[in-house]
Amino acid sequence: MLSRTADNLYWVSRYVERAEFIARVLDATQRLSTLPAAYGGVGNEWRTALLTVGASEAYDESFTEVNERNVTTFLAFSSDNRSSIRSCIEIARQNARAVRTAITAEMWEAINGAYLELRKYDSVSMSREQTGRFLEWVKSVSLAFDGSAYRSMLRSDSYWFSRLGVYIERADNTARILDVKYHLLLPESERVGSSLDYFQWSTILREVSALTAYHWVYRESLKPWLVADLLILNRQMPRSLASSYENIVRFLDDLGQRYGRQGVSQRLSRSILTRLENTTINEVFKTGLHEFIDNFIVDNNKLGSAITDQYLV
Amino acid sequence: MASAFDEMNGTGGSVREAYEGLKRWLDTVPADHIALRRSQAELFFRRIGITFAVYGDAEATERLIPFDIIPRVITKPEWQKLEKGLVQRVTALNAFLADVYGPRECLKAGVIPEDLVYRNPGFRPEMAGRKVPHDIYVHIAGIDIVRVDQDDFYVLEDNARTPSGVSYMLENREVMMRLFPELFADHRVAPVENYPDSLLATLRSVAPNSASRDPVCVLLTPGQFNSAFYEHSFLADKLGIELVEGSDLFVRDDIVYMRTTQGPKRVDVIYRRIDDDFLDPLAFRPDSILGVPGLMSAYQSGNVTLANAVGTGVADDKAVYTYMPEIIRFFTGEEPILKNVPTWRCREKEALSYVMDHLPELVVKEVSGSGGYGMLVGPHASRQQIEEFRRKLKQAPDGFIAQPTLALSTCPTFVASGVAPRHVDLRPFVLSGSDKVRIVPGGLTRVALKEGSLVVNSSQGGGTKDTWVLDA
Repeated sequence: MLSRTADNLYWVSRYVERAEFIARVLDATQRLSTLPAAYGGVGNEWRTALLTVGASEAYDESFTEVNERNVTTFLAFSSDNRSSIRSCIEIARQNARAVRTAITAEMWEAINGAYLELRKYDSVSMSREQTGRFLEWVKSVSLAFDGSAYRSMLRSDSYWFSRLGVYIERADNTARILDVKYHLLLPESERVGSSLDYFQWSTILREVSALTAYHWVYRESLKPWLVADLLILNRQMPRSLASSYENIVRFLDDLGQRYGRQGVSQRLSRSILTRLENTTINEVFKTGLHEFIDNFIVDNNKLGSAITDQYLV
Repeated sequence: MASAFDEMNGTGGSVREAYEGLKRWLDTVPADHIALRRSQAELFFRRIGITFAVYGDAEATERLIPFDIIPRVITKPEWQKLEKGLVQRVTALNAFLADVYGPRECLKAGVIPEDLVYRNPGFRPEMAGRKVPHDIYVHIAGIDIVRVDQDDFYVLEDNARTPSGVSYMLENREVMMRLFPELFADHRVAPVENYPDSLLATLRSVAPNSASRDPVCVLLTPGQFNSAFYEHSFLADKLGIELVEGSDLFVRDDIVYMRTTQGPKRVDVIYRRIDDDFLDPLAFRPDSILGVPGLMSAYQSGNVTLANAVGTGVADDKAVYTYMPEIIRFFTGEEPILKNVPTWRCREKEALSYVMDHLPELVVKEVSGSGGYGMLVGPHASRQQIEEFRRKLKQAPDGFIAQPTLALSTCPTFVASGVAPRHVDLRPFVLSGSDKVRIVPGGLTRVALKEGSLVVNSSQGGGTKDTWVLDA
């Protein structure tokens, strides 16, 4: 297939996944910000939201005050922000339109329908409740797009490139949350008595839609080191780094087999997965959570470039 | 202007035989059934995203072309005559181009004035003395035809560069079959769905001799902001070939490759929907970012086929059009089966003075204009517009031709007030391969939705209809 087509497919998925991630971060932050200070509301959660989606610097160029309304406007609706939900859906739709014949009718309708629907939302006059409904809608768009890809695409290189976009973006998103909030996730040995951070931990889980999953997996109350374990190493958890890499390795292998050629991407992805498989959360804490996540983000970006060099240009 | 020939009612009151079934249906079908079907048709078109862009219209970058659900009917004998005429005309067009860029016999014989060829903006000196694969220049032609009475069809214009609209021909039929299956049960309508197969067979037949037995064909588009992008992606999909942009292709050692996820892949035939000017920044406009550097050199070396060939614009010029009857006689030795609209060439002194005296009755067209832009429709023009054209004609008579205002035939069409006659034209698509000429029966019928209007172009408020060629 054309490299440009593969590139477009990859980025359509990445942008849709990113839109959903931003929606989840906004949703969880809104919830956290309504808590009384005694329950851990510390007042900087909107700045944290900006940091988590990597939009803090761009935000400061447009706004002086960090508050709910401004951050929501900037992250959800701003056309100046290339990573706002609006921009993500518009760019995804533009990419999809350019490769209209490489995606199925169902996928096109999901993304084109979202694009048309998006025009109806007017950020200025939105109440909290309306914003909430809007964020739910964004999640449903991502579900519809993802589901239509899963259910209607041929299992060929188009499908694999589109899946790679999802999982590279997902791994990046989960790692960003960890990068911003690593200081909240302490090893068992450093456990302090306070439960002040409880709502911070549940916010993290909400950001990856894993609050219920946590209880099913660990059958325990929230423990920060288990939250870290769930997001990094647990392969049952679809947004964990390990699970994302399991998928990345698989789809890169499918490509390598179909094309009869392995390359840098295949080797790099396997070595990242091996590292995630051969470690425990205690060892991660021993070497330092922050350093571990920093290294992961660098490696994930490296893999993104390797995929681009090998297939997309 | 004489009253127009109506394709359903003729000139008198009695319904023509071909339309009897349709007339019965229109008279008996409940109005709300029709209203429902019309809204379903609109929904269908919007959902699948058949849109076009109107240049200079910032508000609506993607719009639907209005679709009218009453089909236009052509009888089998009428079509057979049209088909013969089209084959003859396109064969002559190809022979003319091969001659203009080759031995130039027709110029030596004085069939057409030399300056009309050499000073024509569509003439490409780069092509002179070069052979194109299989001597075919116009692989895909769209010939615009109008009807004026029971017997007479005229050719209004030859589109020999990158004619568009065929996706509407195909989608219109698809929608009609879905919405009105009962009509198709009552009429034997010749199918058009094999057009993509015919096009692919045509493209493969003209691959260079150096190509493998399984030549690689691609469709080259200017990209998604082009007004006809929908059609480009639609056709690529139906043909099962890659839809490429200039940046997807590159040239090495005069061979064209496309960039794929498995490395470079050689390309043999390019169905290009980009104008000559933008094909190759090294050969033509250096500021073009749509094209492929080196493409022209690969083409001249015979390593790739461009469909249509470079330089076909010289044949669809409105001034050259006026010489088509002579061109057909010269190259085929036959009388033209399809007539030209009588035309005054304003470059000729007597013609010019006639045109000047009769501006309010005539249609005046710019020789190099297209899409209904830059023309004067005398009977509908204001005095000011007429005076403006008078000035233009005085300044540069060579740039214009004039034609009588034809009483274009009308077809029954849904409008706000019900069913009313509206003017139509017809664009059949003619495919020329190295093996044969292929035409699917029918073509695209365009209809001027405004009462009395003669301008059918989609950019100027025209719509489309399904076109039925009856097979019995």
